[in-house]
Amino acid sequence: MSRARSIAAVVALASSSRALAVPLQDALDPAGPQAQHLVALWDLMLAMSTVVFVLLVGAAWIAVLRRTRREIETPDLAHSEQEHRRLTRIVSAAVIVSALGLAALVIATIATDRALAGLPLQDALHIELTGHQWWWEASYDNADPSKVFTTANEIHIPVGRPVIFSLKADDVIHSLWVPNLHGKKDLIPGRVATHTIRADRPGIYRGQCAEFCGYQHAWMGLLVVADPPDQYAKWEAHQRETVSTPSDPTAAAGQHVFESGTCAMCHAVQGTTANGRHGPDLTHVASRMTLAAVTLDNTPANLAAWIEDPARIKPGTNMPGNNLPPADMGALLAYLATLK
Amino acid sequence: MNRRIALVAVMIVAIAGCQREQRNFDETPSGATAIKSLRMSEVIPGAPDQPPHVVNPDENNAYALSEGKRLFTWYNCTGCHAEGGGGSGPALMDDVWIYGSDPANVFATIVQGRPNGMPAFGGRIPEKEVWELVAYVRSMSGKASKTAAPSRNDSIQAKPSENRVDPQPTTPYGTPQPPS
Repeated sequence: MSRARSIAAVVALASSSRALAVPLQDALDPAGPQAQHLVALWDLMLAMSTVVFVLLVGAAWIAVLRRTRREIETPDLAHSEQEHRRLTRIVSAAVIVSALGLAALVIATIATDRALAGLPLQDALHIELTGHQWWWEASYDNADPSKVFTTANEIHIPVGRPVIFSLKADDVIHSLWVPNLHGKKDLIPGRVATHTIRADRPGIYRGQCAEFCGYQHAWMGLLVVADPPDQYAKWEAHQRETVSTPSDPTAAAGQHVFESGTCAMCHAVQGTTANGRHGPDLTHVASRMTLAAVTLDNTPANLAAWIEDPARIKPGTNMPGNNLPPADMGALLAYLATLK
Repeated sequence: MNRRIALVAVMIVAIAGCQREQRNFDETPSGATAIKSLRMSEVIPGAPDQPPHVVNPDENNAYALSEGKRLFTWYNCTGCHAEGGGGSGPALMDDVWIYGSDPANVFATIVQGRPNGMPAFGGRIPEKEVWELVAYVRSMSGKASKTAAPSRNDSIQAKPSENRVDPQPTTPYGTPQPPS
């Protein structure tokens, strides 16, 4: 029965992912200089591999056809010495061409690596990105500690400005991969890795954990939203704002449910007594596009389903189910909707 | 030929015996009704009653035990009990059980809280997770099957993993024990 249920959940997820309002990732559609370098290297390797493949298949066919023709001929012993020299020349030429081709790829790879590392980092934005089972925590660094803010699963970056990620892991090894912007980089517990990106055109770029990290690895998504600089500045200023007590009585009741129930044990809402640090920061959850690490569209119905029984949507998730009375659930949803 | 058939038959039987432990992601039914008749004192007016028989649905389930181990840190049990050796709260890896060692007693202690510092977690932690914590707390003093108890620590700890703890003698039901 439980298997039937998990299959049903997978089917529901697969269909819901198609319905997700955010675009899928595409490594061949570069949105920044890093991804452009990688696509150029990919194109070169694809072209060379195609040429090599065609030459090899051609050579194999020639060999097959020649052998059948030769078998009926009498061996020409008078010219065997000449024949041997000719073969040596052909093989030597092939070896030299192969070595040159491989060397060209090595040089291209090194050049790409240098280009990736050479991203100019003046005026960079610093983001500390922590991988958790199974979501992303992003903390925007600032020289002024009171300006540091934290968000989850959806990070905004300004177009044209480089971003330096400090990558950390809370539990197991994860890997950051936003194919439209850059290659992969592992997040290893107890270490800090650095990853730099820049987006040159506005857009929504989906990221994905690229290192198997347990049950919900496949649904550990991340959204990188590249905004024009003025729009980004607005977003950043808004993220720093804390939450005031809602005026609507239903939402106020929902805040009480949140803070006196199980929610506040793991989630934080800045400006309230909810200070849990094990789950995503929910200060501005209503402004995000998706829920549960880019698994569901952020709609009240999806949010209710997620709060009620997260294990049905993502089996193994660390978020427990909450059997709330309907009135409390309604109030809680009203409260969460105010967290814009 | 017969031997080959026998070998295949044995392999089929062996494969049929392979079963993965069930991981229970669903909520478990409430144990609160049984907890109500729980006594914290051995002095009872009238005839002594039977101890409530509460079966922890997560007892000896390896997944639940390791979840309990994770939650033990998440909900800051370590803040007072450290990694079981005790700090401002009593040690949990010894055989002294001030409020009883039965799953129901440990459940009640977590949910209701206890004087002198143990917070009441009722309503703040889902019951399913309380039962996982109960199973894990009992495993700290060897009250869980060695095949199910956690076999490794995620961080450096000054104690062996829970599956290497020898079972401690169980104190009689409801016998208050002075802290050592």
